[in-house]
Amino acid sequence: MAEKENNEELLNLFNLLTRFQEIELEDVEMEIGDFELWLQSRSVAHTALSKTVRATPSLRRKPTNILQADFMPPVEQYPGKVVEVTLGATKGEGGTRGKSITIGGEEAPAFYLFETPPPHPPVISLDVFDTKIPLAKPVKMHFADVMEDPVAWAKLAVDKYGADMITLHLISIDPLVKDTSPTEAAKTVENVLQAIDVPIVIGGCGDPKKDLEVFEKVAEVGAGERFLLSSVTQDMDLERACAVAKKYGHAVLSFTPMDLNQARQLNRQLYDFLPKTQIIMDTTTAALGYGLDYAFTIMERARLAALMGDPELQHPMSSGTTNAWAAREAWKKMDPEWGPREFRGPIWETVTALTLLLAGVDLFMMMHPAAVKTLKDTIQRLTVGQPVSPKNIADWVAAKI
Amino acid sequence: MVGTGAKKTNIREISPIDVYMLLPKTNCKECGEENCMAFATKLVNRELRLQSCPPLLKKENKKVYGQLWEMLKPPIKEVTIGAKDHSIKVGGKYVLYRHEFAYTNPTAIAIDVTDEMPEEEVLARIKRTEQFSYEYIGMTLKLNMIAIRSTSGDPYKFKSAVKKVAEHTRLPLILCSFDSKVLEAGLMVVQNAKPLIYAATKENWKDMAELALMYQCPLAVFAPNDVKLLRSLSKTLTEYGVNDLVLDPGTLPGEGIRDMINNFTMIRRAATKKGDELLGFPLIGTPVTAWLENAEAPKEVAEWNEAYLAAILIDRYADILILHSTEGWVLLPNVVLRQNIYTDPRKPVAVEPGLRILGTPNEKSPVMFTTNFALTYYTVASDIESAGVDSYLLVVDSEGIAVDCAVAGRKLTADKVAEAIRDDKMEEKVKHRKLIIPGKAARLSGEIEEASGWNVMVGPRDSSDIPKYLKEKWSQAD
Ligand code: SF4
Repeated sequence: MAEKENNEELLNLFNLLTRFQEIELEDVEMEIGDFELWLQSRSVAHTALSKTVRATPSLRRKPTNILQADFMPPVEQYPGKVVEVTLGATKGEGGTRGKSITIGGEEAPAFYLFETPPPHPPVISLDVFDTKIPLAKPVKMHFADVMEDPVAWAKLAVDKYGADMITLHLISIDPLVKDTSPTEAAKTVENVLQAIDVPIVIGGCGDPKKDLEVFEKVAEVGAGERFLLSSVTQDMDLERACAVAKKYGHAVLSFTPMDLNQARQLNRQLYDFLPKTQIIMDTTTAALGYGLDYAFTIMERARLAALMGDPELQHPMSSGTTNAWAAREAWKKMDPEWGPREFRGPIWETVTALTLLLAGVDLFMMMHPAAVKTLKDTIQRLTVGQPVSPKNIADWVAAKI
Repeated sequence: MVGTGAKKTNIREISPIDVYMLLPKTNCKECGEENCMAFATKLVNRELRLQSCPPLLKKENKKVYGQLWEMLKPPIKEVTIGAKDHSIKVGGKYVLYRHEFAYTNPTAIAIDVTDEMPEEEVLARIKRTEQFSYEYIGMTLKLNMIAIRSTSGDPYKFKSAVKKVAEHTRLPLILCSFDSKVLEAGLMVVQNAKPLIYAATKENWKDMAELALMYQCPLAVFAPNDVKLLRSLSKTLTEYGVNDLVLDPGTLPGEGIRDMINNFTMIRRAATKKGDELLGFPLIGTPVTAWLENAEAPKEVAEWNEAYLAAILIDRYADILILHSTEGWVLLPNVVLRQNIYTDPRKPVAVEPGLRILGTPNEKSPVMFTTNFALTYYTVASDIESAGVDSYLLVVDSEGIAVDCAVAGRKLTADKVAEAIRDDKMEEKVKHRKLIIPGKAARLSGEIEEASGWNVMVGPRDSSDIPKYLKEKWSQAD
């Protein structure tokens, strides 16, 4: 492992995965001929064990042929449905984006594909920061050249790493960081808007007062672009925040700390000012090993409740999956036994993301290109894939690896 | 058990009263509970088992015992693999979603070896499997089993491989071959070890069933991407008299992920929600199949795919996994995920708030605080203790949530911190008035100073840097 640590190229998981894992859609067609060939080639002599029969006294008559059983997919009915929320707006829709993205609309639990498949694939928004921030080494290696330039960063995220959207984190507005003014922040947003044409999430700094001031300014310069304002919280002046979203046609992210009742309550408060189709919710993402179990279960429960008809939870869900990097197993140098952090970090983010994908998340805010690629490939396979033939794995037991 | 037609009740729908009605109702206290009703409540919560009520075991109560057992048994059968002292239980699940109850029997993870691997490699893999361990919130996360695959198809080779493995480990085994002759050769040398036989298929089911009966071993059933066939085989084999089955609908990597997730989900849903007993068995996944894709790619690509395939299967109901990679970065996220998914959601992973005294602090020692989320607490405490720093650590009640989330979600507030300083009488214990706060709570520093009257020093964002931080900052602050 020691030599490997030095091998930059081998540690560049994104490149490795891109080179060796192109999705080949032509491969997915069911090849009936092959399938039957396989069944025949697997036939085994039935004579092998006549001697063992003696040892099994049994009163019942043993079947001599396979007893056919039926299988009906265990489908259930759901009275509820998740609302659809659209982010980004094209020229025709009043904005300047190349295309808009709609999420939500589910009528069954996440990827219960035998029921109703989700009408829209979940999407990934890559993090872009408006100022240089300390990043974990395995992430930094992919963004080193753009760390001080949000425009270049956003372009890289879209052009090279395939971001469906970007999240522009205006962290420099934090009074504890640079206290950038709303006008300056709005300027950054304008520059990014011009550089890329995907929908944009506007991230605040977490200070409810300052965020609101900045949202007001940013929403105005991006009027009609249908941003997602991330986020509105219980301690914010909700009437003002919603007025901004309403006036300039943006959506809001309703953020609560891992508590379904608080999520319901905040959404309820928002309904006084905004239509449901402008609200996405985030019930908090905790990293694998650092509370992912809570995050997963809250989301799973929220989605099931929504489907069972709870009107206050029928929103697409967003996850700050980048929080996976809060786990020290993701970013720290550990004993060689645990492998290089260049692998541990992105797999940590990937496993966090996949787990929440299966809980029902619609919008992922992510960081590492390899994690993004894997999640994107998985989503594509889940949403547009065809049934496959199992021939490749039929004889996995004897495979020489 | 086939066709009993009894619709299983969801575990949450069983009320203690239903159970109580069938109990002897004598309140004899032989079970150690105050009365039958208390016993019934614990039965429903799975805190006690039926056998703890001695009167129930009497002959005249046989019928009612059977009724209770039917009522309380999990919809996913619990299957034991391995001989007595070294066995592992798999399945035994009561619910589809962990929030409905809690998952039982964490996914057993097996590492594979083959009958054509050089001996050193086999032994090294066994050693790695046995010695793998990771300390996490006061628990040791481990691997559980060895799977021996016959790649040679030669009974003699398989036999000697199984023998070699059995000589070197007491871990429960999975013997893998679709050829019943090969499999029996292996079984003969581990007669009493009760390994899992992998696997019965459409072609070999009868011979495999005979082996399972003769050696009294649980039997896996393999019907890749064909749930109807899997169900048919399950029906056939249970009729045949094999009661302990493990089902494998196929671990399909790459494009197959879609069908794989669909199959695992349908099967578990049918068993837990629709009372389908033919599918009410543990599920086995084999992420090792990730290695069959893309043979030219570097091994890191296969490892990566195997790692996330395993994670998907832990999330979606697998009770056993067979993995090939022994890389730490592949295994670690999966054993941690397994722990997360299998913790009891009814019990918050929190520790008692309050003061912890680390080492032998005096009136000049540093005072720090953290939250009562168990993981945060154990990590911080172990970092401080391992560095041998004498200090006071205030555990502030954040409702069991980690620092960053708790600050964002206002579960950790300046008032709570000030309250902890007051309640634990810190002003009597130290002369200084300096509080070191977690770097991730930096946002609260002003408010904490106001609320407590103490001076705040913002500590590192990760507790592993505490010793270094104290060395640099605390002596100067002194
Ligand atoms: S031992 Fe059985 S009969 Fe006696 S109190 Fe307990 S539950 Fe009731």
